[in-house]
Amino acid sequence: MIDIRNVSKWYGQFQVLTDCTTTISKGEVVVVCGPSGSGKSTLIKCVNGLEGFQHGDICVNGTSVADAKTNLPKLRSHVGMVFQHFELFPHMTVIDNLTIGQIKVIGRGRDEATERGLKLLERVGLKAQAKKFPGQLSGGQQQRVAIARALAMDPICMLFDEPTSALDPEMINEVLDVMVELATEGMTMIVVTHEMGFARKVAHRVVFMDQGCIVEDASKDDFFGTPRSERAQIFLSKILSH
Amino acid sequence: MSFFAQLDFTVLAPSLPFLWTGLLFTAKLTFIAMVGGILLGTLLALARLSPIYTLAIMATWYVNLMRSIPLLMVILWFFLVIPLITGQPMGAENSAIVTFTAFEAAYYSEIMRAGIQSVSRGQVWAGQALGMNYRQTMSYIVLPQAFRNMLPVLLTQTIILFQDTSLVYAIGAKDLLKAAEIAGKNYNRPVEMYIFVALIYFLICFALSRLVKHLNSRISIIR
Amino acid sequence: MGRRQLSHHFDNMNYHWNWGIFLEQVQAGEETYLDWLITGFGWTVAVSLTAWTIALLLGSIIGTLRTVPSIKLTVLASCYVELFRNIPLLVQMFLWFFVVPELLPHNLSLWVKQDMPAKEFFTAVLCLGLFTSARVAEQVRAGVQSLPRGQQFAGLAIGLSLTQTYRYILLPMAFRIIIPPLTSEFMNIFKNSSVAFAIGVFELTFQARQMQEDSEQGIETYLAVTALYFICAFIANRTMAHIESRTRVPGFITNDK
Repeated sequence: MIDIRNVSKWYGQFQVLTDCTTTISKGEVVVVCGPSGSGKSTLIKCVNGLEGFQHGDICVNGTSVADAKTNLPKLRSHVGMVFQHFELFPHMTVIDNLTIGQIKVIGRGRDEATERGLKLLERVGLKAQAKKFPGQLSGGQQQRVAIARALAMDPICMLFDEPTSALDPEMINEVLDVMVELATEGMTMIVVTHEMGFARKVAHRVVFMDQGCIVEDASKDDFFGTPRSERAQIFLSKILSH
Repeated sequence: MSFFAQLDFTVLAPSLPFLWTGLLFTAKLTFIAMVGGILLGTLLALARLSPIYTLAIMATWYVNLMRSIPLLMVILWFFLVIPLITGQPMGAENSAIVTFTAFEAAYYSEIMRAGIQSVSRGQVWAGQALGMNYRQTMSYIVLPQAFRNMLPVLLTQTIILFQDTSLVYAIGAKDLLKAAEIAGKNYNRPVEMYIFVALIYFLICFALSRLVKHLNSRISIIR
Repeated sequence: MGRRQLSHHFDNMNYHWNWGIFLEQVQAGEETYLDWLITGFGWTVAVSLTAWTIALLLGSIIGTLRTVPSIKLTVLASCYVELFRNIPLLVQMFLWFFVVPELLPHNLSLWVKQDMPAKEFFTAVLCLGLFTSARVAEQVRAGVQSLPRGQQFAGLAIGLSLTQTYRYILLPMAFRIIIPPLTSEFMNIFKNSSVAFAIGVFELTFQARQMQEDSEQGIETYLAVTALYFICAFIANRTMAHIESRTRVPGFITNDK
């Protein structure tokens, strides 16, 4: 479903992504991990074209991201994204956050959009907060709303950019639970994260990046059992010693 | 003190209606220039931040030009040139409205530009991730936040605009100050007129700036 | 409009271009229009620089007063700033020119109204200087308040008096910090000097209006005057940039662009 082929990206002279290639099939959950600065956030933003890239191509369900003729907003409306800092729209209520994309981008009627939005809020356990503003919610609640907002667009796949990195420890689990549920329902997901417990639980594959390159791309069991590269081993030992 | 004994504020009463007309024009000019200036200024700000090079350069030049010349010169320029272009004479009052809208737009645009840049990039990404195009991201996500963030500064600029309107004196438009001058000459009491009008300006501006401070503190609580 | 249509339209505007107007003599005298403009430039610069000196001196004092612990002084300084910030500059100009002479004791009042040399110049300088000093005061206050509180404590801790702490520690750094907004104010004072035309100072705007009426070559006049104002702004900007580079503290990054 998502085909990343030889993607390279430079910021001026500095190369942030070098020849990245991997494929994510429908229903797969792929965890992308690596030290900071490895380019994983950049790569995931390339998948829906939020960041451009100079070399290579990415195909989402057959549509090329790099092609100048591609209608990027349309593509993005089919790909859900959840950000590290939640990025809820602070000047809108929770329910409005969920309906604005549905109304303005997909063109659903306000009543239908609100109904769907409330159903999703119920699913993430936040129906009672529908009329509140994001500033009145905790981090964990905001991130769950953000997931609901992405799901409201009925995406074919979901991208998560370090969804729990900005959360206090006691709130991480409430968000991970929602993500686990999504995974078990068969959603195609790319998750950039440090949460190896999550990876062990629901990931099918793990991609390890370092300094802009995909260093290892293995099934979950292979990665955690016998990582091939030395850098992955060092990384794992640092992460798992928590 | 002999000065205050000489003052004769009784001339104020008959001149009040006249001064009121002047004040109305000042208020009208301020309001139109504020609304028009913010609208035009927002467009200018978007142009400056646009990736289209020619658009950005032209907007930058316009803003820098308006900010480098004294307002008095801009007033004189517009008063001279607009009738030449349209081929028809233009009254001082209408010329003033066009001038101030065009002039203040440059200042409002700098404020809106700062406001737009104060909205984090993540907000833009979130909007784009939902499939919004540029127009939608700007209208629904960025500009509402930019405007809210900069509201106190926009209002402060409006207070400055209100004071600047007194410069239409140069082209004879009948604002509050000009009305005071005329009334002063009529009754041969310029001193009382100028003191009175200075007081009016002071009270209005002071009250408005207090309002802005109050607004500021309320916004910071919400943050 | 196409280019040919545009220039045709300009010709039809009944506007007669005459770029040589600057070298022609004025209607009722021996001078050329260029003389008028040079006079105007001279007065603009004179008024602006003199007023700026007053503004800097007074503004620094008032601004500092707004940061000291004494409530009386703070309130006094605040009233000063509020007074000059809430009345339009042109109105203040009229107040100084028409009202203040009446406030003076009888003999002084008569002298000011009748015998005082360069009355317009001094009135304009006083008005513009005080007006700008209120704005400078705000910048100085902001600069001092942006310094870490610890600086004041450190100064006092080594035994300096509050005045000495301000003089040797706080103000030197505060002034470096506020050089960018001060540059803005310096450029503004050249623009604001145009308001002095209303009381008869022969500065650039005064000359612009006079020449425009006299010569009927408004566009050439205004272009020249605008260019001269640009020159003033440029000089002001470069002067402050020079001061900034001469007073820069190594390793201390202020308002970096």
